[in-house]
Amino acid sequence: MTIAHPTSTYFQHLNEGKFMIQRSSSTGEWVFYPRVIAPRTGATDLEWVEPSGVGTVYAATVKRMKPPAENVSIVIVELDEGPRLMTHIVSISAEDVFIGMRVRAKIADGPDGKIVVFEPDSAE
Amino acid sequence: MIRGTHLRGKTAFVGAATFGCGEAPGFTAIELAAEAARLAIADAGLTPAQIDGLFICLPSDFLSGLTIAEYLGIRPAMTNNSRTGGSAFLTHAEWAMLALDAGLIDYALICYGANQRTGAGKLVSAQMPSPFETPYRPNNPVASYALAASRHMYEYGTTSEQLASVAVAARQWANLNPEAFRQGPLTVEDVLATRLVADPLHVADCCLVTDGAAAVVMTRADRARDLAETPVALLGAASATWHHEIAQLADLTVSAAEESGKRAFAQAGVRPADIDVVNLYDAFTINTIMFLEDLGFCPKGEGGAYVASGAIAPGGSLPVNTNGGGLSFCHPGMYGLFTLVESIRQLRGECGERQIKGAKLALAHGNGGTLSSQATCILGLSETI
Repeated sequence: MTIAHPTSTYFQHLNEGKFMIQRSSSTGEWVFYPRVIAPRTGATDLEWVEPSGVGTVYAATVKRMKPPAENVSIVIVELDEGPRLMTHIVSISAEDVFIGMRVRAKIADGPDGKIVVFEPDSAE
Repeated sequence: MIRGTHLRGKTAFVGAATFGCGEAPGFTAIELAAEAARLAIADAGLTPAQIDGLFICLPSDFLSGLTIAEYLGIRPAMTNNSRTGGSAFLTHAEWAMLALDAGLIDYALICYGANQRTGAGKLVSAQMPSPFETPYRPNNPVASYALAASRHMYEYGTTSEQLASVAVAARQWANLNPEAFRQGPLTVEDVLATRLVADPLHVADCCLVTDGAAAVVMTRADRARDLAETPVALLGAASATWHHEIAQLADLTVSAAEESGKRAFAQAGVRPADIDVVNLYDAFTINTIMFLEDLGFCPKGEGGAYVASGAIAPGGSLPVNTNGGGLSFCHPGMYGLFTLVESIRQLRGECGERQIKGAKLALAHGNGGTLSSQATCILGLSETI
């Protein structure tokens, strides 16, 4: 399958309220960020699939802001499907985020459109 | 397979210089680079017209190879403007080694200059922002290195105190280097008392933003003997790239320095234990810990304890960043070339109070992007060939 404009398609999905990433239908490998070919294999059969939305904080920092602005959580989340992405943890203070924390995706307003962020997974 | 062993010692550094390190108000980046180039060419006993291989990249000028050729009034047979971030200048040495050995050029100039402190007032980066990072507004580059540090702490118990000890060692070396921009006493407590920028990294865990310029001249070993009293041989040069944005690095505690180091050591036919002095790109304190591990100076995960033991400070078993590094000497945006200059100066015995007595082998290591591009050069005196 040919993937037209993977970057804009990703953000278009977010603006429609859907968090979608790619998966190679031949190898089953999940891919993030969106690409025209799968990394390493070069497979061109990437299809858009909705991941579980559940993942684990792999690395975490706090972007320290000048008061009164609140500090911002900057993390790398590893999705249960495997890929990692940079994102924010919301709903708790940035200082309380820890590596290993189970988190769940939600769509939020970013500076230039919708973005995917994560919050602590209440199901676990 | 060990590649490139036939290149061992075939080329040498015959000129090295720095200029305007710290604050150089009024100078443009090209002026700074050109002055460092002039000094390095003179140090080699050459004239600009003899330079036929030109290697440069500047954060402020994407076509700086053309600009500097014009500025110096030279017509190089090879102009290499390749960019891999702050590691670029060590990759330039790798390419210069190949071109010199192939006989395509005779004299290579590698140079750099920037006025980021008095000109821009902040770090100028040439990185293309990622569409998948930018919406989260990470305070890069520090946020990316902070993420790596957080993972290193999580996996290996590395502490903020251990990170701070890297800055302390750098300052102790800087205090022995009259050219260093930041001097004076610095303790682990002092580092931890500075403002957090991106946890766990404080202001004093981050490199300086300064002006500065550097240049080196390379030629083939046969010509080097006629030019310099103490030519410094390039014994091994290798580079590796694994990712660009930090979320794409497979293991945030291991950089591609593991691969560039392994290949450079194999090419040079030496081991980490043989190295007398190490100069590596310490953009942040975590870099020094990770690179010492990745390059094989201590086992993975033990870098924190290693640096906190005093091993890398003056009087320690492995002198690291004897000029004071990017943390205390100077950091004009892309620091890589300064690791080569300090390695050359140590091997030539020009380092005054900070001189490592009897130094014969040096390792210079550059880092580009966000732990992304890694390049390692191993340098030695003639007797090591």
